[in-house]
Amino acid sequence: MPAITFDHVNFQYESQAEPTLHDINLTIHAGEKVLIAGPSGSGKSTLGNLINGSIPHSIKGHVTGTVRIGDQDTQDASLFDLSLLVGTVLQDPDSQFIGLTTAEDIAFGLENDRVARPEMHQRVEEWATRLGIAAQLHQSPQELSGGQKQRDAMAGVLIDDGDILLFDEPLAALDPASGRKSIALIDKLHQQLHNTVIIIEHQIEDVLTRPVDRVILMADGRIIGDLTPAELLRSNRLQQIGLREPLYVEALRYAGCDLNQVDHIEDITALDTQALAPTLQHWQDGAAATPPTVARTPLLDVTDLHFGYNRHTPIFDGLNLTINRGDMLALVGRNGVGKSTLSQIITGFLNPAAGHLTYHDGDQKVDLATLSVKERADKIGYIMQDPNQMISQVMIRDEVGLGLRLRGLDDDTITKRVDDTLKICGLYPFRNWPINALSFGQRKRVTIASILVLQPELLILDEPTAGQDWRHYTDMMTFLEQLNQQGITMMFITHDMHLMLEYANRTVVLGDQGVMLDARPSTVLANPEVSVPLL
Amino acid sequence: MSFQLFGFDDQDTWLHHLSGATKLLAFLGLSIIAMISYDARFLAAITIMSLILFKQAHITWRQIRLVTKFILFFSILNLLAVYVFSPEYGVHLYGTRHLILGSTGYFTLTQEQLFYELNLTLKYIVTVPLALIFLMTTNPSEFASSLNKVGLSYKVSYSVALALRYIPDVQSEYHQISLAQQARGYELSRKANLWQRLQGAGKILIPLVFASLDRIDTVSRAMELRRFGRYRKRTWYMGRDFHASDWLTLLATVLIIILGIALFKVNDGRFWNPFR
Repeated sequence: MPAITFDHVNFQYESQAEPTLHDINLTIHAGEKVLIAGPSGSGKSTLGNLINGSIPHSIKGHVTGTVRIGDQDTQDASLFDLSLLVGTVLQDPDSQFIGLTTAEDIAFGLENDRVARPEMHQRVEEWATRLGIAAQLHQSPQELSGGQKQRDAMAGVLIDDGDILLFDEPLAALDPASGRKSIALIDKLHQQLHNTVIIIEHQIEDVLTRPVDRVILMADGRIIGDLTPAELLRSNRLQQIGLREPLYVEALRYAGCDLNQVDHIEDITALDTQALAPTLQHWQDGAAATPPTVARTPLLDVTDLHFGYNRHTPIFDGLNLTINRGDMLALVGRNGVGKSTLSQIITGFLNPAAGHLTYHDGDQKVDLATLSVKERADKIGYIMQDPNQMISQVMIRDEVGLGLRLRGLDDDTITKRVDDTLKICGLYPFRNWPINALSFGQRKRVTIASILVLQPELLILDEPTAGQDWRHYTDMMTFLEQLNQQGITMMFITHDMHLMLEYANRTVVLGDQGVMLDARPSTVLANPEVSVPLL
Repeated sequence: MSFQLFGFDDQDTWLHHLSGATKLLAFLGLSIIAMISYDARFLAAITIMSLILFKQAHITWRQIRLVTKFILFFSILNLLAVYVFSPEYGVHLYGTRHLILGSTGYFTLTQEQLFYELNLTLKYIVTVPLALIFLMTTNPSEFASSLNKVGLSYKVSYSVALALRYIPDVQSEYHQISLAQQARGYELSRKANLWQRLQGAGKILIPLVFASLDRIDTVSRAMELRRFGRYRKRTWYMGRDFHASDWLTLLATVLIIILGIALFKVNDGRFWNPFR
């Protein structure tokens, strides 16, 4: 008997005019490991909600056709019964922690099942040990690292012994290194438990670092492909629907290798490198040399900066950095070295213990310490990682125009600048929508639009592409690149080495001792001492 | 954030080891009897006891400074108001009149009034340390389980615990949003006037509400997906069984309450009258 069956399923959210899913037919067998991939808005998360019973039980809408888990129709079974069959690890573990400590969070399901306390303690201990978070049991889940948070969330559903495990965008909140560890852990558990694993994700490359049995491709609410990873990578279907291919596949394609002739294309470690080497070498020889560096004038000097959240552990102990006019600077480094902290000091959100920030306003030198957060914002735009913390209006147009209205511009100018910015950011079709109808990635673009409209000289972006699929990511970065060419200086914090390599013209690596390396992106990537811990 | 709200502080004292239900019952029982009784001897005895307990709970002044000042301010305000509205209430209660100051006017000062207000003061001093002990030595999850144990529905108890837990989160979120809004152009620094600052602060509430609604939505989905509300009862990971110390504490509480009630008989009413 199949583990999951979709039979001619259509679904339309109550709040939307158009159906989100069209005629879904899908069978997933017990013990399979399946990746459901698709760009944002393709309906892949909706599919997940149909599997775990959130639709129709807690999210309202119109369903036709049948969804079965084992032999149970999800319409008839209760959400509680379904949750014992399908364990769901939601996106962004931060927002779903319930317990005050990791232990309570893991035990939450058991508490609701009225499991006696001694048994509960024993099972929590067992799963925490298995997932390597036993030492963290008495800490608050909020204090854990990104990877540990996800393990906490996983332990909380694994403890139910469900047959099906569903991961909704497990990589969204993780840096690449922890993301790959998570994927490895999911794979290990799959091999030990032989359960059915479904991963919903658009970052194909990272998921495919471990084998999956099948990839279900989705676009525009339909299943458009059901293939093995090798078939998928040999075809160009990922590009067609706007998802990123693994970098090595892209390289092979550019170098002119016939992908149909490449064995084990789904596993980079098993590629026959000797056979491929001549073609790749030939391609590399023909590639353009790196452009010469241009002399730049300084825009912002950070001098001898000292800062710490508490006295004993300083984040910056005499940091020096100069951002030059025209830079497209990628700020990289491990979690916790102070990348976001530095941005927040520059914008005035945090005050340094000592040190100077000097802004070159034309020929004048301005000490930023004399300016308020608002005054700094006229020169330096800062886009936070979480768009919800920036949005204050109900409608998109009002949100984007807010900064201009507060600066007292006339209506015609505001309308024109808002429209231009919306078009550039690809939000023009939604201009009269309420913001809460938008996805996370779209909200992020609204916040970028709302800062861009103020025409700052320096733009600081905290993880500009987090949570966005490749098409939106490319659109966004191409757009930022254009702005940079028009003269806006840009600094972005990122974990994404592709992003750094493709779009930055300078990379600053932050480490525990301040700036570890300040060089061209390719130089940084070629320095294994610096780049390996980041990847 | 520098501003830390007082709350559970995990330590290793016998008070921390008591079950939350015991502490809740003892707190309620002692507070009620202290509210009813006007026997100064009795009140003084339990005041001393509650101060000793307070000392044993290892609570530092820094943790409770803010809330103590707050309570002190309102208690003094209350005592003054009682005097202003009815300076002769003590005389009316105790039936005698020992003048200290004034004679015929509205504002007289009598021993009876002072004694009455002393009783009120003792009542405050009894309950405040007890409440603080309860809040600061009880783990919020265990608090939820004790509310459930004393008969409150677990859905309500859990909401209370969750709300307590989210206070620090909401505070730091407010701070971030406020800064983001300033960067957009709301001048909230000292360079703006008060009206502008108030208006700007108001605007922060909208994203805060949206962010909180989002959070509630996600958490309630996560809770549902893990079967919260499936049965009429649930168990508690942090729940504590009653130990001998719990029974002893409850027994002591009951004895104190019985003593308080017995004093009603002795005093022939709720008031102990030293003037007669």
